[in-house]
Amino acid sequence: MRFAISLLTLLAIASVIGTVLKQNEPYPNYVVEFGQFWFTGFEWLGLFDVYHSSWFLLILAFLVLSTSLCIWRNAPGFIKDMKGYREKASESSLAAMSHSVALPAGVSAAQASAYLRGQGFLVREASREDGVLVAAKKGAANKLGYFLAHIALVVICLGGLLDGNVPLKVAELFGKVVPETRDIPQSQIPPQSRLSTSNLSFRGNVTIPENSTADVVFLNAGNGYFVQDLPFLVTLKKFHVDYYSTGMPKLFASDLVVTDKQTGKETVATVKVNHPLIIDGVAIYQASFGDGGSPLRFKAWNLGVPNAPAQTLAAKSLGNQPVEINSQRYQLEAGELRTFNIENVGDNNAAMGVNKTFQEVMQSAGQVKHDKQLRNLGPSITYKLRDAQGQAREYHLYMSPISQDGRPYMMAGMRSEVAQPFAYLRLPLDDNNSLDDFMRLRAALMDAKVQSEVARRVAAQALAGQAIGREMREPFEQSVRWVLDRFGQGGFAALESFLDERVPKDKRKDVAQTYIKIVQGAVVEVDAVARERAGLPRRPVNEANYRFLIDSLVGVSALFDYGAPVFMQLDSFDEVKATGLQITRSPGKTIVYLGSVLLVLGIICMFYIRELRVWVLVKSDQVRVAMASNRKTSDLDRDFERHSNALQQLARGE
Amino acid sequence: MELVQPLHAPGFSLRQLNGRDWLYALVVLAAAGVAYSRYGHAMDGYEQGILAGSALGLIALGWFWKSWQWYFPLSGALALGGLALYGDDLARGQTSFGLKFLLSSQSAIMWMCFLYFLATAVYWLGLLRRSDFLNRVGSGLTWAATVLGLTGLFVRWGESYLIGADVGHIPVSNLYEVFVLFCLITALMYLYYEARYQARQMGAFVLVVISAAVGFILWYTFDRQAHEIQPLIPALQSWWMKIHVPANFVGYGAFALSAMLGVAELLAMRGILTNKLPKPEVIDEVMYKAIAVGFLFFTIATVLGAMWAADAWGGYWSWDPKETWALIVWLNYAAWLHVRLVKGWRGAVLAWWAVIGLFVTSFAFIGVNMFLTGLHSYGTL
Ligand code: HEM
Repeated sequence: MRFAISLLTLLAIASVIGTVLKQNEPYPNYVVEFGQFWFTGFEWLGLFDVYHSSWFLLILAFLVLSTSLCIWRNAPGFIKDMKGYREKASESSLAAMSHSVALPAGVSAAQASAYLRGQGFLVREASREDGVLVAAKKGAANKLGYFLAHIALVVICLGGLLDGNVPLKVAELFGKVVPETRDIPQSQIPPQSRLSTSNLSFRGNVTIPENSTADVVFLNAGNGYFVQDLPFLVTLKKFHVDYYSTGMPKLFASDLVVTDKQTGKETVATVKVNHPLIIDGVAIYQASFGDGGSPLRFKAWNLGVPNAPAQTLAAKSLGNQPVEINSQRYQLEAGELRTFNIENVGDNNAAMGVNKTFQEVMQSAGQVKHDKQLRNLGPSITYKLRDAQGQAREYHLYMSPISQDGRPYMMAGMRSEVAQPFAYLRLPLDDNNSLDDFMRLRAALMDAKVQSEVARRVAAQALAGQAIGREMREPFEQSVRWVLDRFGQGGFAALESFLDERVPKDKRKDVAQTYIKIVQGAVVEVDAVARERAGLPRRPVNEANYRFLIDSLVGVSALFDYGAPVFMQLDSFDEVKATGLQITRSPGKTIVYLGSVLLVLGIICMFYIRELRVWVLVKSDQVRVAMASNRKTSDLDRDFERHSNALQQLARGE
Repeated sequence: MELVQPLHAPGFSLRQLNGRDWLYALVVLAAAGVAYSRYGHAMDGYEQGILAGSALGLIALGWFWKSWQWYFPLSGALALGGLALYGDDLARGQTSFGLKFLLSSQSAIMWMCFLYFLATAVYWLGLLRRSDFLNRVGSGLTWAATVLGLTGLFVRWGESYLIGADVGHIPVSNLYEVFVLFCLITALMYLYYEARYQARQMGAFVLVVISAAVGFILWYTFDRQAHEIQPLIPALQSWWMKIHVPANFVGYGAFALSAMLGVAELLAMRGILTNKLPKPEVIDEVMYKAIAVGFLFFTIATVLGAMWAADAWGGYWSWDPKETWALIVWLNYAAWLHVRLVKGWRGAVLAWWAVIGLFVTSFAFIGVNMFLTGLHSYGTL
């Protein structure tokens, strides 16, 4: 018993460790977290997979053994006790019981037996030299409960050990199988890391894109994995995902075709969360989902050749491909395609209960539904562009225009470190929701000929409007050209760096204002020249168009920091989803369930069936009534009072 | 020959049932019948089984504990009244007087919170002044709070369907809802023992843990807006939830109750409030009974959880932190029961142990959600 309690305590402590220390993470994460020294120690102790470590399994095995022994030791006594009536109890021991009373003579043994039988007791009468003893008992199932519950524990542990895949552990220990640690295609994995379909118990995962087939799953094994062959082929026909209007997922479902490798028999079924498919004792569960590698088409604007029209670039999400831009080699590493991006655009403060009046808070607490301002930002993609030196920047693109203050923009995020948040670039779109106008304007802003032409026109206009005198025309034209040139080489940042280098501090603010005014004034003409050259009419002067031009200036300026030789725009895609399935064979499950049922039945018997014993020793001069139970609660006091009163009344003949 | 029964024996045998008992059974059956005829088409076989099982369970509970016979139908009737006021328009919740101030789920639950606080104060006054009258008032307030709490949960169930047919679900799906459930179950178990052992002085202690839960509900409502009804993620869309969660909370409620009784017993044993509290043996016995009930239901809940996990996650036991902590809680109380029943321990050590048990249980209940991540990752704070 003491040993059992110690084992249970040890088990509890080990379990706590397993919940505090994240289990089954990739090993490098642990090294980073704990350092090499502790990592080695922890690994030796098996702390990264506590529940499958040999010492943990050993404790379980000991528990099974000790509980079995306990049952074995207690069984004879308990069974004897269940069967017996204890009719040998001496008068003095009856008198010594805590619930015992001597009544005046009057009740006969037959009366007492009849009464007790009527109360649901099993009764046995024994004539002894000191009188007739009526020995009665009830609730023997209480002891049965002990057997059920404790046998159940053994059964559950055995079922668990069976599913814990002890044979595989042993094979691994003796080096018969070796986990694979490299990231290589499935077909190249050597036989010592493959497990055959005869493996009794396994639990593994596999990702299958739509219209693809898998016939293996991957089992985690410490730092590596095993490849488990399946007795069938699993083909994903289609993956369904539905969302609620709040953007929360509502349904994940995979339409599968399962083909038996031997018989060729096909089973068509849909697997959903909470609705697995079970075939030949192997269960297929919906575990996760994602992008399965979707063909993508980008529009790529070569930022180094501003006049060049956009080119189409085909790629595949989750795929890598080389691209050559301006005779430089790059690697395009596409990330996951997300077709759905729900965002709460409501007032965040209001939603978090900050700065709300008492009344608003009360109002909100009274309602179970709130109208969130949600909107779907549409599909998005991330990709990395890695240069020949291996340096990469990551980009995040939304495919659809995103509306801000009623105007459409193209949003593109950029970061150079994974840990950083994306910094977003915002390019204004034209009436066709395209970047054409912006890119044309950008090309013009960077074009020296356009700059001269615009400077000439702006100066002429200023003269005509009498904003400057005749003698100022030449210097003014020059400074416009200079400002435009500088802007065309590096945006606002280039002008700013000039200021910082050449202009005294106290004048910078004024000069900056002048520069900005010049650029903002000139951009109208730059746009006009660009459109003339493209054979387009001049843009009418109005608030919206002016806004477009100013946004364009900001966009052109920001593109200098974009860090990519191309601006890519996600043009279209053919979505291919993938399902993540968990496939298991767990023969221990039925055993564990059986054990669980026994356990519950056993506990009910132990706690809710009270073992009661009554002795009525009928002698010529008095009647001794005694009672005992294996649970000393006030229920026993009550029962004793009830039964002894009843017997007393019988004695009085009432 | 009629035998006098000096004391009322708990439990029931069919022979002792009277007309009222049968009437109650009829009401429950009729309600289940109406529910079946109206919603049966939307239920799968398991859910129909759960409905039938609940009806039988509720009848048995009512026969076993007579107070349940008015409690449950009263809450049900109030909830039906509330839902009738809604009609099919959720917006009525802000315009209809009856809903806005009493019967919408949020109002009913706010009343519940208020009444539990009040009951706590009254029980303490009753304890300190040794006033049976005040204790009875505390008891009445606790009953009222418990009626409104159950009403609130029922109405909330209806409201979720008013938000949208695909949103509707039984209100045991997030921390907010299960905290209300926790308050109700703890209070009901306490009310049962209070009447059975004529020991209303224990209320002062038990209501403290309920008040703590109420405090959490209020914080969760006002600071986090957690009372908003959210639709169910796919992992929770299962009939298992309907039985797994309530079974678990009978366990949690019972363990919390026993811990508070442990505190009372320890005080009584040290001469603090001794002459005002029931005898330590009485408290000790109630504590044992509560743990026995809790252990049974917690076992059932864990088994059900394992079966659900097998359906939802592909394995009946994944050593997910919540599962593992459930095991730890279970081992803790198994050990408690062993030393009491096998070794015959009583008194201070077990009382302390029950108190510590509450910390272990609370960690399994909320600590895991706050500090650890795992498959049970919904219901994060
Ligand atoms: C591993 C070794 C174990 C031993 C040696 C052992 C021994 C015993 C014994 C002798 C009893 C007394 C039965 C009686 O007098 O009626 C008992 C009762 C009990 N055991 Fe165990 N047990 C063990 C493990 C467990 C475990 C792992 C659990 C579950 C967590 C458990 C749960 C219980 C319960 C709940 C009782 C109720 C006591 C009663 O009804 O008397 N036991 N155990």
